Amino acid sequence: MTVRKKDNLRKKPELHADVKAKVDSQKWFYTDEVKEHFFKPKNFMDEKTSKTYKASGIGLVGSPACGDMMKVWIKINPKTERIIDMKWSTFGCASALASTSMLSVMVTEKKGMPIEDALKIKPQDIVARLGSLPARKFHCSVLGDKALRAAINDYFRKTGQTKRIITEGARVIDKATGITDKDIEEAVLEGADTLEKLQQKLKVGIGNPACLPEVEQLLRFYKEKYSG
Amino acid sequence: MKTVYLDYASTTPVDPQVVASMLPFFSQKFGNPSSFHHKGMEAKNAVDDARSRIASLLGCSPHELFFTSGGTESINFALKGIAFAHKQKGNHIITSTLEHHAVLDTCAYLEKQGFTVTYVPVDAQGRVNPKDVERAITPKTILISIMYANNEIGTIEPISEIGTLAQKQGIYFHSDACQAAGALDLDVRKLHVDLLTINGSKIYGPKGIGLLYARKGIALEPLLHGGGQERGMRSGTENVPYIVGFAKAFELAQSHRDQENKRLTKLRDALISGLLKIDKTRLNGPKSNRLPNNVNISFLDIEGEAMLLYLNEKGICASTGSACASQSLETSHVLRAIGMPYEASHGSLRFSLGKYTTFADIKKVLAVMPSIVKTLRELSPVRLTIKHFQ
Ligand SMILES: Cc1ncc(COP(=O)(O)O)c(C=O)c1O
Repeated sequence: MTVRKKDNLRKKPELHADVKAKVDSQKWFYTDEVKEHFFKPKNFMDEKTSKTYKASGIGLVGSPACGDMMKVWIKINPKTERIIDMKWSTFGCASALASTSMLSVMVTEKKGMPIEDALKIKPQDIVARLGSLPARKFHCSVLGDKALRAAINDYFRKTGQTKRIITEGARVIDKATGITDKDIEEAVLEGADTLEKLQQKLKVGIGNPACLPEVEQLLRFYKEKYSG
Repeated sequence: MKTVYLDYASTTPVDPQVVASMLPFFSQKFGNPSSFHHKGMEAKNAVDDARSRIASLLGCSPHELFFTSGGTESINFALKGIAFAHKQKGNHIITSTLEHHAVLDTCAYLEKQGFTVTYVPVDAQGRVNPKDVERAITPKTILISIMYANNEIGTIEPISEIGTLAQKQGIYFHSDACQAAGALDLDVRKLHVDLLTINGSKIYGPKGIGLLYARKGIALEPLLHGGGQERGMRSGTENVPYIVGFAKAFELAQSHRDQENKRLTKLRDALISGLLKIDKTRLNGPKSNRLPNNVNISFLDIEGEAMLLYLNEKGICASTGSACASQSLETSHVLRAIGMPYEASHGSLRFSLGKYTTFADIKKVLAVMPSIVKTLRELSPVRLTIKHFQ
């Protein structure tokens, strides 16, 4: 998956052929980097550690019904405001597991990532570090950064820094996945112009179809906003 | 590493005897069956011969068989063929929620064309109740299509009962028997089917070949128009080598059926009981009355695609109804049709056995599976408790 610049995408969508193959020609198999993280996951929370682990913040997103669930524990050095340790636990496919594992490496390497930078991590950044993910697997990486932000917010809450809690000005549309209107906007900018494509990217509303009407409305809204 | 292939329900390897039967028809006996010379005659004879041999196994006349490009085409031919030819009589079709996408998507297409479709529900084992089918019949019903055996969970449907009641009411009855062709009795008279689909790729024949049986006298609208092959019902030069191979494969499968079923049933049950020893698992589909080669197990708290990748790393090929391994990102419609809760529907595996499966293969799966499940459960934050998972 290549990360495309937003500006290039604000152009009108190209004319589509009337007949399009449903199955893309993307390879199904994973990069060595994905496999490495899948078969030898880094920093996962094991049973024993979990009993004594003193986390500064904990974040949990997703649900088994939608097929992905992630829990993230972080330790933060309050003086340097860096993440000095991260542990995780993930229910999901190989892409989801590898993405969380990679995320844990990204935030803890080089003496730990400053909170402010960690808050800005996007799924695209994780995918870039993994080499690539098959396009239809992109959605499997979207929960990791959310779980991390949830953990950082939890830290802010626990340390009484309520003002710093980030709601991102975004509204959660799908409670099961934590997908917000912002995520939908971002996905539309990256070319998701149908509900199907949106779901391929974000997995929104799968296992929670109740939110679909609102998703479709937002899809229409952002499409009009950016194609006009 | 030796490959342990347990995905025979997806497709089977082509039997060497089948390959041998096909080979002369590529470069030596390459004629076009429609040609008026001895090369054409040679090819025509081969197609006629294959057709007769298959007909005698199905208990029908050779003129009731149409060769196609596989299961999907046969199903499309049956459903659209009946719908378009009989729309004056009615516009209602009955099928089940458990069917293959070839049936479901064709029905969805027909709904767009103005037909109405009733999807009869199935019970927790995936069985269609003939009474439900009977209740769904209206004066406008022209076609019932119910699969003979399910590809994911192996449930065998009560085809002859449904066929009998359809016959009484003068409604055409089609059955998708792709998964049954190697294992079950396919005598069309006993099954009371008017139309029947089978294909080569599940019975150690080539992929991309299939047939539709359509009882004599049934009007069907063709899908393909052109040179008038297959008595005008399916135009296009016959795929002679594949037709020859298909006939050979079907004969081989049917001739060893009983002893092979016994052997597979033993292996199947050993695999099922071994896998159910793992915590928080359950068998999907019925205990008996299921295809002798089908094992489908759900594992709680973990996801199917991740299990597949671990199995693949150990040389084991299986498949999953997990959303993450599918194009649509939806979990298996079959698992949902049997009432599996969403949160448990992401962690199922199907192992489908075949003629090269040995007891050693089963032992290998049973040796690696517990540790794969353990590893993934250690990584998972989910701890579900659901009834019927021991
Ligand atoms: C039950 C069933 N019906 C239909 C098909 C489609 O057959 P084919 O792939 O030959 O088009 C398959 C195989 O995938 C099947 O298992």
